[in-house]
Amino acid sequence: MYRYDEFDRQFVTERVAQFRDQASRRLSGALTEDEFRPLRLMNGLYLQLHAYMLRIAVPYGTLSSRQLNTLAFIAEKWDRGYGHFTTRQNIQFNWIKLEDTADILSKLAEVEMHAIQTSGNCIRNVTTDQWAGAAADEIADPRPVGELVRQWSSLHPEFSYLPRKFKIAVTGAPNDRAAVKVHDIGLRLHLNDKGERGWEVLVGGGLGRTPVIGVTVRDFLPEHELIAYLEAIMRVYNLYGRRDNKYKARIKILVHELGADKFRAEVEAEYARRPHADTKVEERELQRISAYFAPPKFEKLPRWSATFEEARARNKEFAAWVKTNVAAHRIDGYAIANVSLKPEGGIPGDATADQMRVVADLAQRYAFDEIRVSHHQNLVLPHVRRDDLFAIWKVLNANGLAASNIGLAGDIIACPGLDYCSLATARSIPIAQSISRRFADLNRQHEIGPLRINISGCINACGHHHVGHIGILGLDKKGEEYYQITLGGSSSESASIGTILGPGFAGEDVPDAIEKIVNTYLAHRQPGEEFLAAYRRLGAQPFKEALYAAA
Amino acid sequence: MTINSTEKGKILTANRLRDGEVVFLTHSGLWSENIDGAVLATEPQAQAALEARGKDDERANLVTGVYSFDAERREGHVFASHIKERIRSLGPTVRADLGKQAEGRGGHFAALQGV
Repeated sequence: MYRYDEFDRQFVTERVAQFRDQASRRLSGALTEDEFRPLRLMNGLYLQLHAYMLRIAVPYGTLSSRQLNTLAFIAEKWDRGYGHFTTRQNIQFNWIKLEDTADILSKLAEVEMHAIQTSGNCIRNVTTDQWAGAAADEIADPRPVGELVRQWSSLHPEFSYLPRKFKIAVTGAPNDRAAVKVHDIGLRLHLNDKGERGWEVLVGGGLGRTPVIGVTVRDFLPEHELIAYLEAIMRVYNLYGRRDNKYKARIKILVHELGADKFRAEVEAEYARRPHADTKVEERELQRISAYFAPPKFEKLPRWSATFEEARARNKEFAAWVKTNVAAHRIDGYAIANVSLKPEGGIPGDATADQMRVVADLAQRYAFDEIRVSHHQNLVLPHVRRDDLFAIWKVLNANGLAASNIGLAGDIIACPGLDYCSLATARSIPIAQSISRRFADLNRQHEIGPLRINISGCINACGHHHVGHIGILGLDKKGEEYYQITLGGSSSESASIGTILGPGFAGEDVPDAIEKIVNTYLAHRQPGEEFLAAYRRLGAQPFKEALYAAA
Repeated sequence: MTINSTEKGKILTANRLRDGEVVFLTHSGLWSENIDGAVLATEPQAQAALEARGKDDERANLVTGVYSFDAERREGHVFASHIKERIRSLGPTVRADLGKQAEGRGGHFAALQGV
């Protein structure tokens, strides 16, 4: 289980004290807003539409029950009884007061949490596979490396004032659940012919107003050369990245302007200049950190669970949940239980304090005290006995947490949009709700099969609409909300950026449009062909015809 | 000015510094949590005066993020022109139980529901 080390405890405590002083100087007027803004942003505190918003880091999406219970406590004491899990595995509270923030940070520090690296032009909180350490297809748990990167990057003086924010994602499995190809740096662990571990290093991916798939800068970087190599990339970016134009400041623009070959040559030249080629320190550190992520003490269990099979045969609802929400675990007799935060007509990613406590309690009783947050805005109990799945489901079901829709049409990713966010140009949540209601019939969702619908309320793309199989982008046309639809995006190992289908739609027409797209797929698909594969085979034409021809 | 006329102009808004609450500048120079209390500046000169007052209050650390937006007053109530300001004046459209709309400080226009 992830934990702080002694250095973290000290610097987080110091940081809370500093922030307490900074906030009180702001309230007294000793600091102006211009002076204070970068300080509050370094502590995850934004000013949003209705109040301040605090974004709290959940490193690698990993939480203990004590931590999740503390988030529930914060939701009730200082917010409005709920929190919003984000598309970067973090959690946001939407109704925070500046005058309470130091107390909240202090409460978080008690459970080894903070809001550092959730904002500002630094290396942000590293994200990874929500099934890390549990997935059956995994080569190695990516979290120790994520933690190594965090320890290296946290408050790194050279990388605290980058041209722009910087996001790193890591996957330790061939099936990419961490969207590494659309991050500033994506790291994919794989094995060479000799069975040695190494990294594919991708640079310059990203979404926002300029969506791009990252380019591979190194196909196979030996496992323990990672930090030195990342440092070389960061130096090239820090030196050449544009600071004159915020919209051209991300590393993807630099990679594009230099060209991949020139960028790669710059990185390799910088890497060759490193003072120590020795990798022993990194090896030793990684070993030390790996102990923080020691796997739980799994029992030796039979692969087949009679309790589970009986329950599944007896209870149709449970069987439907198992079909979508339970994934294969690397250890026999165990499973990964995914907890959908997407009930029919609900707000994607929102959880009440009570729901957080329910999940925390389940984790404590059944899942070695571990909870994960996924970038799909769901929660995960990563290590549960198959024998316990039915008992877990019953508790989830009684608390509105058993939506059986992971990876289906109802599992919609949506940013907070204009209901909460001051950058948004249109609302996202009501669109998600209306689509969720339209596809409420679970049998139909299963019939449609895997489908990723992503909604962003502005061009900054926090809802990752570019990589949704169906992407929806909310824009403002002369004061009215309207929605542009893209098709064919994916954030998986075969990542692609969606293509805009045609003119946009008014909000109330979006569910019909999505339904036409889905029906077109159903009419054209070959047996067993999923939505994305069908789109890739068919191209946009039949979908365009269905949407626009009759008009 | 009769109470039934429609006036168009600008109102000044900000977030209160200590808690981030959305506020609107009133006639008396205080900040109201309710958009209906806002003073509507119909002339450029009055708008400039509002903005100056806002800057003063920013310097006095009462509010932050001051700006003005288009609105109109009908029958004594203030209506924001843009959806963003309507949402700021009420609270999230997806949580009618939260924010100004739920606390009787939501101005006089209906909350948006769904899409």
